[in-house]
Order: sequence, then structure tokens, then C-alpha cells
Amino acid sequence: MKNIQGSEALIKCLVEEGVDTIFGYPGGAIMPIYDSLYSYMDNLNHILSRHEQGAIHAAQGYSRASGKVGVCFATSGPGATNLITGLADAQIDSTPLVCITGQVPSQLLGTDAFQESDVIGISMPVTKWNYQITNSEEIQSVIAKAFYIAKSGRPGPVLIDITKDAQFSEVKFNYKKCEKIRSYHPYPIIDNKKINEAVKLINYSKKPLILVGQGVLLSNAEEDLLKFSEKTGIPVASTLLGLSAISSDHKNYVGYLGMHGNYGPNIKTNEADLIIAIGMRFDDRVTGDTTKYAINAKIIHIEIDPSEINKIIKTDIAINADAKEALIHLTSLVDEMNFNEWISEFRICDDIEYEKVIKKEIKGGNSKLSMAEVIHKLSELTEGKSIIVTDVGQHQMVASRYYKFKKPNSNITSGGLGTMGFALPASMGAKIGNENREVIAIIGDGGIQMTIQELATISQYKIGVKILILNNNFLGMVRQWQELFFDNRYSFTEMVNPDFNKISEGYGIKNKKLEKKENLNNVLEEFINFDGPYLLNVIVEKEGNVFPMVPSGESVSNIRLE
Amino acid sequence: MKKKGLYQLKDTEKNIKEYTLSVLTEDKAGLLNHITIIFNRRKMNIDSLNVSTTEVKGVSRFTIVVNSSKEKIIKVVNHINKLIDVLAAFLYEEDEIYYQEIALYKLSTKMFLKGDLVEKIIIRKYGAKILKIEEDHIIIQKTGTKVGTQKLYDELKKFGEILEFARSGRVALSKKKRKTINFIKKLEKTKSNKLNI
Repeated sequence: MKNIQGSEALIKCLVEEGVDTIFGYPGGAIMPIYDSLYSYMDNLNHILSRHEQGAIHAAQGYSRASGKVGVCFATSGPGATNLITGLADAQIDSTPLVCITGQVPSQLLGTDAFQESDVIGISMPVTKWNYQITNSEEIQSVIAKAFYIAKSGRPGPVLIDITKDAQFSEVKFNYKKCEKIRSYHPYPIIDNKKINEAVKLINYSKKPLILVGQGVLLSNAEEDLLKFSEKTGIPVASTLLGLSAISSDHKNYVGYLGMHGNYGPNIKTNEADLIIAIGMRFDDRVTGDTTKYAINAKIIHIEIDPSEINKIIKTDIAINADAKEALIHLTSLVDEMNFNEWISEFRICDDIEYEKVIKKEIKGGNSKLSMAEVIHKLSELTEGKSIIVTDVGQHQMVASRYYKFKKPNSNITSGGLGTMGFALPASMGAKIGNENREVIAIIGDGGIQMTIQELATISQYKIGVKILILNNNFLGMVRQWQELFFDNRYSFTEMVNPDFNKISEGYGIKNKKLEKKENLNNVLEEFINFDGPYLLNVIVEKEGNVFPMVPSGESVSNIRLE
Repeated sequence: MKKKGLYQLKDTEKNIKEYTLSVLTEDKAGLLNHITIIFNRRKMNIDSLNVSTTEVKGVSRFTIVVNSSKEKIIKVVNHINKLIDVLAAFLYEEDEIYYQEIALYKLSTKMFLKGDLVEKIIIRKYGAKILKIEEDHIIIQKTGTKVGTQKLYDELKKFGEILEFARSGRVALSKKKRKTINFIKKLEKTKSNKLNI
């Protein structure tokens, strides 16, 4: 077999790993790879973003909509540093990525060469693994390892930095997938003793509550969760990233947890006598004051990452395992039960929340639209079957509350890191990763301006995403906090925005402005039914607040309805 | 009502103790940085650090001494264990290990020759030895605990100025009857590399 250039070997590795799409941005130090890519355009689709942050968020969206590893390319120096926010986001939200960055030739490392940056050093705390290749002989084994590490166990981002000389020098191609690394144990062996202890607790519980996180979606355990919940009759509440793991109209589903979650699951956390947490990590936005959290409950924590166990909340029974595997074991052993009375208590809470919050929110203001009524209508018109990609802030919380998810893997948002600017690029990746489904990006007027350049990418590749701006000319969530906790001192939260419709026109993207309540239904229908990208600029009430709310640092029992 | 929150447990004088971490890793560049940023992120100071190869080819050992609360150090160990190239991280309290440090003392030859310093203090009382005698300076070497090497330092200081002093990081072995190579072979055999459903 004849030798090939390192850069071509890299491209062939991606083909071997089943990669179909790469998001990236070329530059000096990654040029040999882009040159090799030019010969493989039949095998690999490359999307040219307008900023490297756009490329990596797109790869995240792609991964979360398709379940596959997201791949992105960037050059050395600023290209690589522009990936950092996306790496940190993917790390905290467990998204499998393989990011390839070019690097200056190895003999120039450490010389402050043009566009040299220590990307390995910089990305260390925000990657699951990173590695610098300085020799073309290493390319195949390192890329194989990168894919294995990114997707196995608790997934995460991997960054591989390749010096230009390694890209140029020749090597024999003989690819072998990685199946094992002796220092890495992604799938803990399940401890049957713990399973039996958990089964006992479950069978004797009076008021059990299941909390599902993204771990259920990542291990494709949605069906297994249903079987477990249906056999035991235990109610299920979801974290932000767990949304869509169970259909919102399931009889055992009792709502969304956390700071702006539903009244029932928050307040009932402190009444439950058993919490079964599956693939979630007790984020402070879920727990509030941890000393006053789940005060009457024993805790069973099913979690694949051992470092999450006993990190925030002391666990009574820790099952260190993949969610699917643990659920299969548990379901086969637990008793058939029903907790209809306990679930009906949640329904009473739902009624209270409806009367005090939801009813007026989905009706909206007298003249202006409310965020909630827009999302409520969108959810109705799409029957809860779209993929919703959200940014960070009020619109994100409203979308999580009022969009009624019916299908798994439908909620793509920046949860842990809270990255404004995430939604627009992530939505393009999501659409490419799952072309058959409707993808709707819901974004605030602040967030969209952080990555607005990606409208050009959407336009160039005609990516059929729907972009819904909930525009209140404010950094709404910060404003809400200023109103509630900083004595109405609106320090730098009001925005004078550009004309988003004219901008959209400039990028050649169909658009409309929606201001009048009476047009909501018709305009949303047109927006959904349009074939191709569409930007809808919805002017909503300026100073709306998201309720309920657990004030920062307070107990979940102190959830405020108004 | 029982308290479940773990992160609120603040370090106080009372719950802080000296811990020794022994971390077996693949011999890979950059791993030192990977490990130290885990401490840095929590604003924890490392008291002593030693890295060396082990009796097993390709395997390194990091020995790290820190003062911390138990809650905090357990989370650090869990985090270190998560690093891809870490084979295993072990946490020890003082009574679970054998440990030593080495200290070198540089004195002027003139000062050294005063009285019966050598005989009485260095050799008999402290079990130190003379490593090198030069015309203008001598080097003394002592192995022991930090307390022991510090005591000798303080004693020597009474006789005059110490020109230079250096102390190594701690090296430690656990009291358990474990053979590194067997431990690694066992790791290699576990079937935790893929999902077994």
C-alpha cells in the first residue's frame, strides 16, 4: 500500500468513524487538512461557519439531535481559542465532540510563531481529553482514541491539535478503531448488591419521585424509563436537560424541576420519602439551598460518572452505572405498585400553578404579546413534535416551561454553562443532524446578537431552521433579577437593537415581524409551514417576568408563584 | 430533618488534615498540568509534589501532599481518577503510609568545623550524613519527615548561617500488601470498556 499524507490519513480516519458532517473554518495551520478534504467532498459534508464558536456550537447541536459525535475543524491561534466557549459548554453538558485544530510546525512550538497558541494548555480544563500530534505516525491511533473517549461513558469534548509538519509528512494507512484504554473505564460494572438495596427502598416507599436528567437521553433509556415508571407507578420530574426524555402528556409526568420549573415537582421534593435521581447531577439551579433539599427523602442516585456521586447531595444508595443498564435491572426486580394518590397531589399543584401563573401568561398582556403565549401557541401548532433549540435567559425558561415535548431528543439548550449565542449555530447543526424533523431556534434579542453572523451560514447552505426571536429590547433575565433583587436598578440591561428584519433581508433569509396579538396564529402557521430558513422577530412585552421562581440560594419549598 | 448538602461544608481549622495522594498514571506529557489545575480550580495549595517513574515500565507515580478537609480532598481524588491517563488515585492519611523526604544543607566549612558539630549533632542525633566536603562549603544530607529535617535545620542555624537549604517532595508507599504490576494487570482485565447489555 502506498503512503499518504498525514492530512489525508486524518480525513480517512473520519470516514472510517462514520462521520458525515464537519463544521469548520480554515486557516494557515490547518490548510493541508482542508486540501485533503477537497478530495473527499463526496464522502464528507463540510459546513463553513462564520466564526469558530459558530462551528463548535453547530457541532454540539448536530450531536444532540443525531446522537452521533460532532466534529469541528479550526486553525491554530485565534481559531483554536474561539473554540473554548463551545468546549466548556460541551464539557458541562456532556456532549461528545471531536475538535481538530491545526498547529504551527513542531519546530516552531514555543517560539511565539504567527498564530501559535498553547491550545492544549488552554483547553485542558474544558475537555474530556486532549492531545497534540507532532508526528504523522500518531494520527490514526490518536483519532481512534478521540472518538472512543468522546462518545463512551459520560460523553464529552475531545480536542486534537495537529502540527503542520505532521499533516504534511507521509504515513501508511491502516485504521483500527479503539475499543479499550487500560486507564479509562467508561462503563462501571453494576453492583447487584446496590440494585437489591435500591429495590427494597423502592418497594417500601410511600412517596417516591423520579428525577430524570440528560443521562437518560444519552444512554437511550427513554423506553426503559417508561417501563420502570409504569411498572412502579412512580411520578417522573425532569431537569432542564432531561426534558423530552418522557412525553409531557404521560400520566406519570409531573413537570419540570428547578429555579423556574413547575410548582409541583419543586415543592414535592421536600415531601417525597424517596428520590430516585437518574443521570442528573443536582445542579444548584435544581436544588436551591442544599441543606433544605429533599429533607424527608432517602436518595438513590443512578449515575455513570463516579465523581458526581456525593458531590452535591449525600446519597443513600449510589448506583454507579449507565442509566439504561440500571433501569433494566431495577425494573425486573421492583414490585408492581401504584401511586395514584401521590400523583394526584401533584395535579393539585398543577391547578394552583395554572390559576396563579399559567392562565394569565398564556393569555398574554392586553396589547403586547407575552413570551409564554407565543411558545404556548407554537407548541400547539407543532403538536410538541419539533426540536426546540434555545439560548439562555427568559426565553429559554419560558420555552422549557410552555413547550410540551412529545418526542425524545427534542430539547437542545445550553444548560450548565449558560452560553448566550448558543442557539443560532446549534440549531443549524441540529437541522443537519436530523433533517426530517422541524428545528426551531428560540432566541432572545441579546443572545442572537452574540452569534448573528451565522445567519450567513444558514443562508449559504439553505439550512431550513426556523428562528424565533422573542424581542423585548432587554437582557430580560438580568432585568428580572434587577427588578426583584436589586431594587429596580436596571444597570446596563436595556438594548437599542438593530432592525432584525432588515438584517435578515441582508442575509437573504425570509423574515417577518410580529407585533399584534391577533396575528399570532396566522404568522406562526406561515412560519412553521415555510420550506426553508425563516426568521420571525416577535415583539413581546418589555418587562415580563418568569414565574414560578425559586430565589437563588433559597429552598425549593420557597418557590414563588408571583 | 437531616442535612444533605455537601458543598457548604467549609474548611475550618478543625476539619483540616494532612493527606497524601498517590496517583499511578501513564507516562504522558502534560499530565502534571492536568492534575495541578484540579487543585488550582478549588484554590487549594499543594504542599509537596513528587513525580517519578515506577518499577513498571510506562507507569509514573505522583505523590502529592495537601492540607484539606476530607470532603474536599475526596472530590479532588474523584476528579483526578476521571482523567483519561490516570490509572488510579489513592488517598491516604498519615498512618496508612511509609513516607520520607530528603533535605540537603549547605554550610560554610568554617562554621562546620566549630566545636563537635559533626559528631554530636549531625551523625548521632539526627542520623544525617556528610555528602561532600569542599574547601569553602560542605553538603549534609538527611532523610526523614518534614519535622525531622526542619529540626536539624533549626539546630544547625544556632551555629551560624546556612548557605542554602533544599527539601524534596514526599515519597510514599502504602502499608497495603499490593504489587503495582498485579494491580495494573487487574485493571487491564476489567470489562468496563463497553456496555454489557
